[in-house]
Amino acid sequence: MGNFSSVADFLQMGTHGLYVWLSYAIALIIFIYNIVSAYWLKRQFFINAKRRLRREQGTV
Amino acid sequence: MNIKMPRWFYQLASPKWFYEFTGALLPWFSAAAIILLLIGTVWGLVFAPADYQQGNSFRIIYIHVPSSILAQSCYMMMAVAGAIGLIWRMKIAHVVAGACAPIGASIAVMSLATGAIWGKPTWGAWWVWDARLTAMLVLLFLYIGVIALNSAFDNKASADKATAVLSLVGLVNIPIIKYSVEWWNTLHQPATFTVTEKPAMPPEMWMPLLVMVLGFYCFFAVVLMSRARIEVLEREKRSDWVKRVIQAY
Repeated sequence: MGNFSSVADFLQMGTHGLYVWLSYAIALIIFIYNIVSAYWLKRQFFINAKRRLRREQGTV
Repeated sequence: MNIKMPRWFYQLASPKWFYEFTGALLPWFSAAAIILLLIGTVWGLVFAPADYQQGNSFRIIYIHVPSSILAQSCYMMMAVAGAIGLIWRMKIAHVVAGACAPIGASIAVMSLATGAIWGKPTWGAWWVWDARLTAMLVLLFLYIGVIALNSAFDNKASADKATAVLSLVGLVNIPIIKYSVEWWNTLHQPATFTVTEKPAMPPEMWMPLLVMVLGFYCFFAVVLMSRARIEVLEREKRSDWVKRVIQAY
């Protein structure tokens, strides 16, 4: 597997497994945070907008 | 100021046109981001050779360098968009600038965190008050300042102007970050990519890095457009086209 002799070797990353995997985990979390927060904004907007639109149409 | 700009520039200023245009771009950038980030990650983690001095900890470069580049590009974009908004009174530019701030802050955190984690096995310390690191921390504080200032106003127009001015002032930090490794004695290694010289690393190391940088930019474009689109709808919610968008959703 690439530069590594085994999956265990890959997971250990020499002696640097903790550092490498911690970095990639942080990157993943920040990526997910960006996606989820953008999605959340969209969801909130449409929930509020639909409610507002219904109210406006109801009063007309 | 009255500077004549090409037609597309004014089209871009139309909220409806912006919403439709970014809607057409989004799937392409999303696909590109997924493909580039997957390829870059596997290439960098599995197939790139280990560094002869740093061993496998060097693989952190595939996140650290792209996030650092992006955190700075995002800041420049925010400042330039703010300037366009101030000069041409273009609301869309302010919308884009506002969308940059939270993304840039999170990417700056990624850069600092992965840098600290890389520093531990390489320098023996999580953090040193080195010029490069300090300037990068200042960048994060600038982002936080912009976000805080933007939310401190009730009036959107005032918030737009104030944050545009603050981000323009903070732009002075960008060359400081860039040249910090040359101006001061520093632990931080010099830039991996420069325009004028070939990278000091072999291609099997820098090619996955280039893929990751492109992937990060595509990801940024996706999140930026998504956030800006919602802000456009929010600001234009009284108009008929937005009401149609809401009804169709």
